[in-house]
Amino acid sequence: MTPGDLRARIMVRRSDTFTLDIDLVIPAGITAALLGPSGAGKSTAVATLSGIIALDGGRIELAGTPWDDPDEDVFLPPEARAVGVVFQDHMLFPHLTVLENLAFGPRSRDRGRDDSHAIAQDWLERLGLEGLETSRPRDLSGGEAQRVALGRALATEPDLLLLDEPLSALDVTTRSELRRFLARHLRAVTGPRLLITHDPVEAFLLADVIHVIEAGRITQRGSADDIRLRPRTPYAAHLGGANLFTGIATAGEVDVSGHSLHIGDGKVTGPVLLTVRPAAVSLHLKRPSGSPRNTWQTTVELVEDLGERARLRTGPPLPLIAEVTTRSAREMKLAPGVVVWPAIKATDIGVEPAR
Amino acid sequence: MTRGRPRPPWWLWPLAVLGLALFVVPLLGLLTGAPWAELIEVLSSPIVVDALLLSLLTSSAATVVSVILGVPIAWVMARARFAGQAWVRGLVTLPLVLPPVVGGAALLFALGRRGLVGEPLQNAIGLVLPFSTWGVILATTFVAMPFMVITVEGALRNLDPRFEQAAATLGARRWTVMRRVTLPMIGPSLLAGIVLTWARAFGEFGATITFAGNLQGRTQTLPLAVFVALESDRDVAIAISLLMVVVSLVVLVALRDRWWRVS
Repeated sequence: MTPGDLRARIMVRRSDTFTLDIDLVIPAGITAALLGPSGAGKSTAVATLSGIIALDGGRIELAGTPWDDPDEDVFLPPEARAVGVVFQDHMLFPHLTVLENLAFGPRSRDRGRDDSHAIAQDWLERLGLEGLETSRPRDLSGGEAQRVALGRALATEPDLLLLDEPLSALDVTTRSELRRFLARHLRAVTGPRLLITHDPVEAFLLADVIHVIEAGRITQRGSADDIRLRPRTPYAAHLGGANLFTGIATAGEVDVSGHSLHIGDGKVTGPVLLTVRPAAVSLHLKRPSGSPRNTWQTTVELVEDLGERARLRTGPPLPLIAEVTTRSAREMKLAPGVVVWPAIKATDIGVEPAR
Repeated sequence: MTRGRPRPPWWLWPLAVLGLALFVVPLLGLLTGAPWAELIEVLSSPIVVDALLLSLLTSSAATVVSVILGVPIAWVMARARFAGQAWVRGLVTLPLVLPPVVGGAALLFALGRRGLVGEPLQNAIGLVLPFSTWGVILATTFVAMPFMVITVEGALRNLDPRFEQAAATLGARRWTVMRRVTLPMIGPSLLAGIVLTWARAFGEFGATITFAGNLQGRTQTLPLAVFVALESDRDVAIAISLLMVVVSLVVLVALRDRWWRVS
């Protein structure tokens, strides 16, 4: 089947006080993230797209084919939708081996036994899971299980891929490993891909476009930078709490779109993700003397009063979110247009391989 | 070894031992009274062999019926939502607390020759249930099937629905989900239900004797044979009792992983 766009208007009444009402358009080949706090309606949204919950209103269509439309009395059950779902707790079938889990989709879609096992074997190799063929899910590590879960979803060659908090159940190290694994293998799906998450780093790294969802409504859409630098709600501002940059590392230096940053770790090379806590950014009115090597001249673009502390946004060449005490902001007379020198210690920059 | 472990108060011990004696003494009675020398001979008498074969046949048949009818009841109760669901659960579990004699009498009024359903059934296809082997199977099913329903329903309720949802998103139709995911995942509970149901059917007495009577070779199962033998030949009664104790022990051992595991 040729890949097609997802167009969805999702309206679900969950209770008297909570309704989900969002619209999503995801072009084929694009990874979108639905980013929001728990209870925002993310899981409900995913359940309507996979066909586990029926819409109360709206319409879901993929490549022009309606999947769910209460007005037209159309509803395709999950087994009739070419959808792949990766669940948070992998949901691998405990009584089947890894290979049988991978073959489950093809077999359910009426491929023969041998055919299905050949497809399963192929995915096993593509995902680097050789040697686990006969293992049971309970014998796998969290990361392995989630890889198999992705393979199981991909083996049906879905037209739409849904990732429901795929990394949330994993520990930090495994999470960053699996994030890179996902980034590499998501491209196997030529159709639209939707990532559900409450973790901004996950969304910023894996998604081309981010839809922020709060209390059943989309509150902001855009790129990672849009949401980080121009948050429209307090929640989005909080998400952007960390400064995130992608760049290329060589020998203790990272090139971030033409601007060079020094990092503590000299061994990392290649694409990296840098994080800087806003409180780790210090602001100076003149070029700071002493050691910080990461400093440059720019202007303040925005000042936001958070009570005890103030949050500031600085301009090019490297837009930053900085947090200082309200007192020092007042003493320095920080306001939009003021010229400042932000400084970041190399050791305050978090570095993580991005691919 | 027992350091740091809370110990029960001392006065619980004599009560516990007394309670245990209640289980052990009757067993000793059977063992000491048993006609060990003629045991084989007694157990191979026609009455005992007939009763044993009939018991094995009827309790196995009741178990098969309980799987065919009880599992669907469990499924509907666990998965469907309908008006009067609480009443249905009450009805299904009623045979667990109802005196079996009452169950047998109720069956007789409903399915007897002049019963509500029995009469039309006889007129239509000539099937007479009371005092037949079919009647034994029906009566034991009535008493034993709740064990199947309750065990399987519990397992279905405890099964995370997302496994079945995952299967559906992988393209499995409802029947495939049931066959390849749900049934294998509740397999251990289904097995436990089968063993429990069979054991309950094997020991069934009250409903059987009320509804099906006590005809050797047709409706006289092992428990009925014990009852008759107590009046005529105590050796036979004790021998059959021992036989049933052994069968019950085998069942318990089969289920030991479920209930005997002391942690």
